[in-house]
Amino acid sequence: MTIDKTIAGILGAGALLASIPWLGLPAFYESFLYLICHWMILALSWNILSGYSGYFSFGHGAFFGIGMYTSAGLAANLKWPFLWTLPAAALMAAVFGMALGFVVFRVKSVRGELFALLTLAITFVVGTVVLNTPIDGGPGIYLNAVKVPAIGPTASSSIYLMALMGAVATLIISYRIQSSKLGLGLFAIHDDEDAAEVMGVPTLNYKLVAFGISCGLAGLAGGIHALFVSYVTAGETFTIVVPLTVVLMSVLGGTRHWAGPAVGATVITCLLYFFTAGNNPIAGKAAVGVILVVVILFMPNGILGYFLKRTARKNATHTVPLSAVHGSAEPEAETAPRSAPLITLETKPLLEVRKLSKAFKGVQALDGVDLKVYPGEILGLLGPNGSGKSTFINVVSGHYVASGGEVFFEGQQLAGLPAHRIAQAGIARTYQIPRPFAHLTVLQNVSLVAMFGGAALDNKQATQEAWKWLEFTGLHSKAFALPDDLNLHQRKFLELARALASRPRLVLLDEVLSGLTPAEINEAIELIRKIRDRGATIVFVEHVMRAVMALADRVAVLNYGKLIAVGPAQAVMQNKEVVSAYLGTPHA
Amino acid sequence: MPSFNLLAQSILSGMFIGGLYGLIGLGLGLTWGLLRQINLAHFGLVFLAAYGSYHMATVWKVDPLLTLLILPPLFFVFGFSMQWVLAKFEISPFNSLLVTFGITVVIESLVQAIWTADFRRLETHYNDMKFTIGPLYVPVPELITLVLSVLLSLLIWAAMRYTDLGKALRAMAEDGPIASAFGINQKGMSLMLAGICAALAAVAGICLALTFTLTPSQIFAWVGVVFAAVMLGGLGSALGPLVAGIIIGVSEAVTMAVAAPSWAPIVSFSLLIVMLLLRPGKL
Repeated sequence: MTIDKTIAGILGAGALLASIPWLGLPAFYESFLYLICHWMILALSWNILSGYSGYFSFGHGAFFGIGMYTSAGLAANLKWPFLWTLPAAALMAAVFGMALGFVVFRVKSVRGELFALLTLAITFVVGTVVLNTPIDGGPGIYLNAVKVPAIGPTASSSIYLMALMGAVATLIISYRIQSSKLGLGLFAIHDDEDAAEVMGVPTLNYKLVAFGISCGLAGLAGGIHALFVSYVTAGETFTIVVPLTVVLMSVLGGTRHWAGPAVGATVITCLLYFFTAGNNPIAGKAAVGVILVVVILFMPNGILGYFLKRTARKNATHTVPLSAVHGSAEPEAETAPRSAPLITLETKPLLEVRKLSKAFKGVQALDGVDLKVYPGEILGLLGPNGSGKSTFINVVSGHYVASGGEVFFEGQQLAGLPAHRIAQAGIARTYQIPRPFAHLTVLQNVSLVAMFGGAALDNKQATQEAWKWLEFTGLHSKAFALPDDLNLHQRKFLELARALASRPRLVLLDEVLSGLTPAEINEAIELIRKIRDRGATIVFVEHVMRAVMALADRVAVLNYGKLIAVGPAQAVMQNKEVVSAYLGTPHA
Repeated sequence: MPSFNLLAQSILSGMFIGGLYGLIGLGLGLTWGLLRQINLAHFGLVFLAAYGSYHMATVWKVDPLLTLLILPPLFFVFGFSMQWVLAKFEISPFNSLLVTFGITVVIESLVQAIWTADFRRLETHYNDMKFTIGPLYVPVPELITLVLSVLLSLLIWAAMRYTDLGKALRAMAEDGPIASAFGINQKGMSLMLAGICAALAAVAGICLALTFTLTPSQIFAWVGVVFAAVMLGGLGSALGPLVAGIIIGVSEAVTMAVAAPSWAPIVSFSLLIVMLLLRPGKL
């Protein structure tokens, strides 16, 4: 087994710093280094949920405080040995955080500022409860009598060593999460949570896990800090200072990099310390304020973010030789090109929808739709604007929850399942207006789906799979670009590549051709044919009739949420009801 | 159970403090809702104006109510220029929070450098002015605060609703680029609005100086509860923060009278949490 170089580096640096208490330096160094480690744990742990997934929490003070009071209460009042109180502190904070998340993350609109404020409000509520109940009761808790575990030669060095170990552990955890599937999922949630869910990311669970880890580590930092300050009060603990400071440190360092908050924590702690140690604490404070303003205005992505972007730009300019990445140049079709499948009475449908309904506050967008989609066919879904075509795709893919009816896919009931489960079952979709993850590269956008979707590949395979589909859609030269650098045509193809990378058995295409030029449409039609030839079944919503006629084996027409005709394209187009749905009823 | 008089007096004092919450929240909510900026510097400006008013009244012997004519125009210019600089950078709401936090820290240091960290109390003849309605005491400075808060909220509400400027502002908040396409000067509007909000902060600051003892570290003590008032009242709403502020103020005061003062914070924040979870769309 090989140990990751980065982890080895963190451990090495930690071991080096752990030797400081034995060098005989003045005690001031230990308390200074303690503070850096302390803020590192807090800022890094905050970043695990808030930086990675974009759920900015202002409640870190609450979790920190819960840890602080757990340790203080257990050690001072119940006489636990101090080291035993630390896991309890972490656990209490994590459990509290996850319980909170379990409630909050279910309310869809509590995102962004609302989440920040909600967590801030929680801080004050927890603080008030602690102050007014026997947990504190008003006078605060003294830890003078608590025995400091003899890890280092002195009491202050022992506290420093505890914080150092905590910081090393937190750094490793942050690093491991960023390079894991969990990290990638969190980054996708940051950019577009709904799309992430549809691509197969279990968003609720990921947020809960990240929140739990984040809160637990904050609780650990709080537990150690209780011993450091040796006197815990609610008024000093549950304030806006802790959350603001950690947000500041993380943003300053860069929230999209695991080490960013550590950099920010070090910089700010040093600044504050040197200014307060000097004769002019007020000027120091003002300087921190000015630095914050300047950094945010000129480096909105933080110190590490700024440098990462510069290196990323360098990478994006040199193209990667494709043959070096994977063997074959052109992906081989798994089977010979096929034509329309032969549908008989015995053919089992791949997707069967029964009495599917969806209402939006009185508007019946889908009204008892029955539809069967057979393996290997291309079904065109038509209808005037507002007839329920996109709603059909949104309901089948789980983006919306159906108001009634059933959806069977390969015999499995899908209605009511969360979107990520539907994606994992083998259904992929595209969005009419492309919704790429803006901060992930084109390659990451595609490999993410290969990882989380029905294909469920591991990291390495997913990347290979992504290369395959980028080449299939002609986007391989843009693999390291960000989606913002693509034009509409390329973004639509990125949607396609993403849908295909999950190796779906059913692909739902929502107006992939709209807005493209005639030449681009021809290209896209060829591509859709190729997709079917590779064995996928396709349902596509389209207004471009030329494409419908060229591609569809059968068409289904919706009007006012009702299915009015299904059958071969030519026949359906002559159906009277279909004609009147599009052109209106002729008057005599 | 406290007596009826005590309860009535608590409700009245809750309304007074609620008026101040609403007044501070008015400008904060407008920039938040209409400019998508979470302007923490608003609290810094409130305190800067409070200290300015204190200084003028105690050192230069200016009547504190006269400072209402001097400070708001100055703050308008300040808010206008700050927005002029910020508008050069396209910042997200969260980064606006951080930038304005930085500005607030600078203001706090400035206040501390000039007036020290000691407690300061504006001592004027208004302090002793009070009258009674039946058994209730009505202190005049608090009454002035509440009246100013109500008047300004109504004024802004009417302006937003009935003037072209107000309609343009609301259109801009809805969709900036489209509003510009229809001929609304987005930049000018946002400069104007930022100026007005800073002027409102100055008025709130003067009221704060009239009714409270000042110390620089208190700046952040107001953030939580005023945020709660703004969120409950609705972002960008003119009357919302006042109404929500008074609800919070009264419920806090009643909690203090019935239970203990230390329980007060739980009311406003529980109210906020419940609102966020049950009716998030209404905020």
